[in-house]
Amino acid sequence: MKNMLAERTVGIKPSGIRKFFDLVSEMDDPDVISLGVGEPDFDTPWHIREEGIYSLERGRTFYTSNSGLKDLRNEICNYLKRMYQVEYNPDTEVMVTVGGSEAIDIGLRAVLNPGDEVIIPQPSYVSYEPCTILAGGKPVILELQEKNEFRLTKEELLAAITPKTKVLILPFPNNPTGSVLRREDLEDIAEVCIEKDILVMSDEIYSELTYGAKHVTIASLPGMRERTILINGFSKAYAMTGWRLGYTCAPHVILEQMLKIHQFAIMCAPTTSQYAAVSALKNGDKDVEEMRISYNQRRRFLVHTFRKMGLKCFEPFGAFYVFPSIKELGMTSDEFAMELLNREKVAVVPGTAFGDCGEGFLRISYAYSLDELKHATDRIARFVAEIRKEKGLI
Amino acid sequence: MSELKEKILAIMEKNSKVSVEDLAVLLGDTEDNVSRAIYEMEQDKIICGYHTLINWNKVNNEKVIAMIEVRVTPQRGQGFDRIAERIYNFSEVNSVYLISGGFDLMVMLEGKTLQEVAMFVSDKLSPLDSVLSTATHFVLKKYKEHGTIFVSQSPRERMLITP
Repeated sequence: MKNMLAERTVGIKPSGIRKFFDLVSEMDDPDVISLGVGEPDFDTPWHIREEGIYSLERGRTFYTSNSGLKDLRNEICNYLKRMYQVEYNPDTEVMVTVGGSEAIDIGLRAVLNPGDEVIIPQPSYVSYEPCTILAGGKPVILELQEKNEFRLTKEELLAAITPKTKVLILPFPNNPTGSVLRREDLEDIAEVCIEKDILVMSDEIYSELTYGAKHVTIASLPGMRERTILINGFSKAYAMTGWRLGYTCAPHVILEQMLKIHQFAIMCAPTTSQYAAVSALKNGDKDVEEMRISYNQRRRFLVHTFRKMGLKCFEPFGAFYVFPSIKELGMTSDEFAMELLNREKVAVVPGTAFGDCGEGFLRISYAYSLDELKHATDRIARFVAEIRKEKGLI
Repeated sequence: MSELKEKILAIMEKNSKVSVEDLAVLLGDTEDNVSRAIYEMEQDKIICGYHTLINWNKVNNEKVIAMIEVRVTPQRGQGFDRIAERIYNFSEVNSVYLISGGFDLMVMLEGKTLQEVAMFVSDKLSPLDSVLSTATHFVLKKYKEHGTIFVSQSPRERMLITP
């Protein structure tokens, strides 16, 4: 067949993470320590798993309604009101999805017309750009600055807006930088979005993992709820990545279009996971608090350790990543990560996997025990010292 | 108690080997403050010791652990404290708890053999004036202690690199 493949899909670059994953897998060396994982190291709390098991025992193995279990949607709304002071109607404005990732995809497909521009701040999670392209939109990359600690500023946003701008992606707390937006940052951004009539897709999957001020959702600011697609989920907060469960809230006009795509493409999110998630929201606060305390300690440890190595590392206040700079070593992120893997058998993800402006940085995950982090950072320190010596940088 | 002390305790309860330097980094405080807090808690007997959690099953060292339910008559003016003291002073006894419900004191002790434990109960514990009755249970297997699971668990199967 001559034209077997869709040009649009073929044109999409494979994920930069994939390349590195293949490399590490090929090594197949038990001595390799990885700090490259984007998921919690904790097991899903037992009461949540137990609820999933119970639902299976009871034979709850059928589809749920397209938008998800009523109980779960109610709990999601209670949670959002209790935690972030934003109210949604559980019957018309909430939908349970297969991870936050599905919500990103169908949200963009629901609102984009051909040629509509989507502003994507980078470094950020890998799927916004391809999902925009697949939805027929045009990605406009906005490069966040280290000097702003990778926060999005009003000026940067204004400079990226054109008459065709339709959506702003707001990926905070951020993977891979760990950066968070404060209320005053959000107020500035909200003002621009309202004035320029732009929709916001706010990916708040790491909202529970902040270590300074509590997370603020942009949807809770005046005038923003009606133009925001809020995305959140259970993967990071409750260590439930494999359950594939997220949710999205949006004004009914948008949500009903998203629901249509979800209904035809997915039908419904996994039933077992939905029952388990009810227990997560009802009884999981304590688990989240314990994990947050642990992450916070590891975060301090890593920032301290990288600074001790003499590397520049701004203090991140969200997610579970630190984003140290290796620019002064005169290597690209890719070179550094490859050499580190070859010499010291530590796997980290080059910042460039999250956008070109991640050049000169590494994403170091702290979803590892303190012992593992110590072990790995000892090796990194040794490697950095060696490189300095070789390059005459001391 | 200060917030710092509570945070130190939460970490040390799980890892008594943690250094002052590490504690300072983990909690974002100074080494001086941390070591002062630890010193004060040692003085106040909030921190009562630094023991090691050992899975004796893995050591060729047979030990018998018994949990003994003890029913006693409380004494006027002293409640249970007097009789508890007489029991906990035996060096064989590891721990003593006052319990609500069907009996009064839970006494835990370790011996080398069943015989040794049984002799302790019949020679020392039962003859005490206030002791009404005892029921001795021997531990067959420890699954979990101090929040640590002793039985072997399957290794994690996380992928090495994920976005």
